[in-house]
Amino acid sequence: MSIRVQKPGLLDTLQDRGRYGYQQSGINPGGAMDRLAMRVANMLVGNDPGTAVLEMHFPAAVLLFETTTLIALSGADFSPEMEGREVPLHQPVLVNRGTVLQCKKQRKGARTYLAVAGGFESAEWLHSASTQLQVKAGGFAGRALQKQDSLLLKKPQPYPFPEPSQGFVTLPWRADMNGLYQDGPVRCIAGNELDNLDNPSRQLLTDAVFQITRGSDRMGYRLQGPELHTNLAGELVSTAVTRGTIQLLPNGQLIVLMADHQTTGGYPRLGHVTSADLPVLAQKQAGEEFGLQLVSVSEAEKILREQEMNLQQLQNACNFRLDQYSGSRSFIKT
Amino acid sequence: MRLYRYLVTQKAEGVLDIIPAYTSLTVVYDPLLLSRKYPGRSPYGMMQNWLQQSVAHMDHVPEQAARRMEIPVCYDRSLAPDMDTLADMHRLSVEEVIHLHTVTIYRVYMIGFLPGFAYMGSVQEKLITPRKATPRTRVPAGSVGIAGEQTGIYPLDSPGGWQLIGQTPLQLFDVQQANPCLLQPGDEVQFYPVSLAEFQKLKKP
Repeated sequence: MSIRVQKPGLLDTLQDRGRYGYQQSGINPGGAMDRLAMRVANMLVGNDPGTAVLEMHFPAAVLLFETTTLIALSGADFSPEMEGREVPLHQPVLVNRGTVLQCKKQRKGARTYLAVAGGFESAEWLHSASTQLQVKAGGFAGRALQKQDSLLLKKPQPYPFPEPSQGFVTLPWRADMNGLYQDGPVRCIAGNELDNLDNPSRQLLTDAVFQITRGSDRMGYRLQGPELHTNLAGELVSTAVTRGTIQLLPNGQLIVLMADHQTTGGYPRLGHVTSADLPVLAQKQAGEEFGLQLVSVSEAEKILREQEMNLQQLQNACNFRLDQYSGSRSFIKT
Repeated sequence: MRLYRYLVTQKAEGVLDIIPAYTSLTVVYDPLLLSRKYPGRSPYGMMQNWLQQSVAHMDHVPEQAARRMEIPVCYDRSLAPDMDTLADMHRLSVEEVIHLHTVTIYRVYMIGFLPGFAYMGSVQEKLITPRKATPRTRVPAGSVGIAGEQTGIYPLDSPGGWQLIGQTPLQLFDVQQANPCLLQPGDEVQFYPVSLAEFQKLKKP
């Protein structure tokens, strides 16, 4: 019951919804950068939505399945392949023992998510399986995957499917991702110091294009754009910051805090990326450009509700298809 | 801090984190959980109501006494790379710096930067010192430093720019514990000096 790492990727870590309840102690929540992809991958294999998944960057790990497993990939398209055949994203795939998964090239997106039916065995730390690299806790031994690691899978699920004679078979349905990731400007709500921007900067914030720079990672995205200025003199008193907070650095450039952000900060907070658009941002890579759009809190809530409705429908459809296909409820954990 | 303690005791639905800082309190909540449970209501509005009611009500709740923590610090030169510079800068002897640093009862205003890194204040006026112009690439865990009016202890080995005047043998962060961080927001902290021999005896192998 395991998956063997034949070759590690750039950064492959187990992640779930994150570790909440400890930010007052300086412990950041972490968790999957793209929670939407995590959820979709999980629903395709019949897992609870917050089951830990493997988050992979490019190049991704080369993985040997040492046991027959139902999997799903969602998020970035790294052109995954098994036995020379392309593996579709957003679709449940039954993988035969002895098959190797590898990702050929980075077509679109920054992070891909692998879910396995039943979930991975993982070290829980403070009620979360998310890997916390700084203190080496949670996930797989508190670290990114290395060569020859053996990822254990939770107890076998009864597979009512015919075992593939070789390689893999895809089950005949696919999650419809339409409308889940929007293409337009990244939407954000106003931050406390937005009104401290001078007039030209205020205009530029929503008119200009910002590019994600090389120094961007799970902690935050540093952006390159026109220099913005505020009327603030001296340093601000530090406050808590959160995932999606857009801060103005002393050099006039922006940083957007992501999953592994510090819990407090003292730079002006111009805005906060809406929860619905955090997955969109999580899939953008260094070099990509985007604009910002300010929306009201009620608009942000509406967007999130609509996204959630889509996800719920998808969840119901996946449950139904899995049920129908397997003819047994025992497959799906309730 | 009073509001923080009051909010924490309520264990409100949908609230993920409550984070106090110097002059602010931040609430992180799960809008999906709230909108699933209370369709038609704005999660933000619900949080706003809750906070307004709590502010109005908190005066009726007795103030909890702060926890007092006493923390040993060894100010020996071998563990205090910035002690001489800091003492010279303020025209103080090392003994005077130690005295001034240990007479004050500090308050933990905020924990941030690293897991368990407590921002404490305020230091005596004579000890107020700016951060180092160039941060060190590695400050050992336990190092006690000063930055502006603040004093703090590095819970983990990390880069850092605070002026280092000593080291505590205590473990500020222990990943094995259910509460991994020794200090909590609102704690009162007083330092007491220990010799290098005591430091070594107290330090866990």
